[in-house]
Amino acid sequence: MLAFAIRRLFEALMVMLAVALIAFALFRYVGDPVNQMVGQDATLADRAELRRHLGLDDPVIVQFGRFVSHAVRFDFGISYQLKQSVTGMIAERFPATFELALAAALFAVVFGIPMGVYTGIYRDSWLSKVFLTVSLIGISLPTFLIGILLIYLFAVKLGWFSSFGRGEVITVGFWRTGLLTISGLKALVLPAITLGLFQMTLITRLVRAEMLEVLRTDYIKFARARGLSDRAINFGHALRNTLVPVITIIGLQLGLIIAFAIITESVFQWPGMGLMFIQAVQNADIPVMAAYLLLVAFLFVLINLIVDLVYVRIDPRIRIYSKGTG
Amino acid sequence: MNEASPNRLSSTAGVPTARPRSRLAALRDSDLWQSFVASRLVVAAALLTTLLVGAAFLAPLIAPHNPYDLKSLELIDADRPPAWEEGGDARFLLGTDDQGRDILSTIMYGTRASLMIGICSVLLAVAIGLSLGLWAGYAGGRIDAAIMRVADVQLTFPAILTALLIDGVALAIFKRYTFEGGKFWILVMAIGLSYWVQYARTVRGVTLVERDKEYVQAARLIGIGPMKIMFQHILPNVMGPVLVLATINLALAIITEATLSFLGVGLPPTEPSLGTMIQVGNKYLFSGSWWMVAFPGLTLALLAVAVNLLGDWLRDALNPKLR
Repeated sequence: MLAFAIRRLFEALMVMLAVALIAFALFRYVGDPVNQMVGQDATLADRAELRRHLGLDDPVIVQFGRFVSHAVRFDFGISYQLKQSVTGMIAERFPATFELALAAALFAVVFGIPMGVYTGIYRDSWLSKVFLTVSLIGISLPTFLIGILLIYLFAVKLGWFSSFGRGEVITVGFWRTGLLTISGLKALVLPAITLGLFQMTLITRLVRAEMLEVLRTDYIKFARARGLSDRAINFGHALRNTLVPVITIIGLQLGLIIAFAIITESVFQWPGMGLMFIQAVQNADIPVMAAYLLLVAFLFVLINLIVDLVYVRIDPRIRIYSKGTG
Repeated sequence: MNEASPNRLSSTAGVPTARPRSRLAALRDSDLWQSFVASRLVVAAALLTTLLVGAAFLAPLIAPHNPYDLKSLELIDADRPPAWEEGGDARFLLGTDDQGRDILSTIMYGTRASLMIGICSVLLAVAIGLSLGLWAGYAGGRIDAAIMRVADVQLTFPAILTALLIDGVALAIFKRYTFEGGKFWILVMAIGLSYWVQYARTVRGVTLVERDKEYVQAARLIGIGPMKIMFQHILPNVMGPVLVLATINLALAIITEATLSFLGVGLPPTEPSLGTMIQVGNKYLFSGSWWMVAFPGLTLALLAVAVNLLGDWLRDALNPKLR
């Protein structure tokens, strides 16, 4: 177990280094950093001074080392476009994305699991067919199209929810939250559904498949033979045994939610990190792109690492497998 | 090898991991035709796909207007609702956009752009994935480990994020040298480079099995070079699963292109794809011009669902385990 953990940790570190190398290459070689930072009328001496100050004349390996050591301390330099510190920009936008992702994940779990259980138990009822059709639509339609559809129905036609921004926010310490005001909560509804729909369909289908599998097993038959109530069998025995893979998938999906938040935030003009990244791509704002890349990579690697380690703890078969080949 | 984590993700995310055992030869099997006719849904999907693809590629011949011809645009025609609505014009069946372009014609040309990018990027992804997969599986050892490690790392990130990043970097690099159709090839590159991993993994798996079989050993014994063995002897055996993957990934590639264009880093409004049309139309949603976004959106949704259904059917029909 310890050897496995250390090896996975080492691999995660290598991935982060590779990503850091890409981010560094972006910063160093895509366009000239000096040209981006100074104005048109800067003299040659000014430019040389800035080059020296940034250390762009040092050997590349020294520059890379400096880049990594800065990144570890969350220092990503200054945005070309907004002339602000990238770290400050991220800190300002992180709460918005975090709250959105959390609400989306909550929506997916709260609706996905019951729908999966229902369609697994009553597989031929008409309601199950409705659920599965909805989930098929959720899987095949692009996220932004679903967002536009929701905006048109609930914001333009019915006027129930707002369709852009976060509504009123309240500052609690450094965290600006939209969860404590009515308009903030109303603004959260449509983006959270848009972002969570894909995950919800995934959870529904997964829980359904697992339920179908578990309900066929001998211990369920035995529980029925013992005369236990349907409720006790379905929820006490069957659902509980489907949850291990479901929790794993939800964990891995957290990363996907962050990636898809780019699209949702763009549709709803949600002032989070995804919108910041898209604007950085449109404006070729390399420091912001590099910082976002590193941050997202870190989150992904962290989630993968945790899921892998938790999985090994839960499922003894993997421990044996990793011993056999590693 | 840490095969466990990415596999776990892909097999549960509804992404098909085509079984190596299915063969292209199964295409000739009558079962395929049987299962095709048996499902009305699949027939409908095939008809719909044919219709959309046909309309897209015949666009220059059958479209009522040419949206690329800037001279023919009249601003007085801008923002017209569909012909059956009040204020509609019989010349513009599905209405016009903010610049007076006919929506129906623009959809035809836009679908063509979306399909072309989708097909080209899938071909690129297949070419990369197939070559690397064959190489990794056939050579084994260190080459195999290196290629598969890169694949593992890339699989950690969602493809849309990779595509967005490649797109962004390419735009930053080529900003000053914009050439005709440059955006098209940037998109093809971004999407193609994001989706090669699945092909490489599948092809490597089959190659690992095939390379120890007698016919490959025989070929090696009579002195045939590794290139020829890989591409002439092993390649036909991996085409089945690759074909299935490619069909399903075509839908994914089309959606990815639409998403990138919608986010404003894809095709420009002057040469619109479906995603660009939706992006432009989205701005006018609040002023009540629903047709600018509704019709391209519907076309994109139908195209994606139809191609997806065809891919699903192909996967099930070619997979002997499910029969």
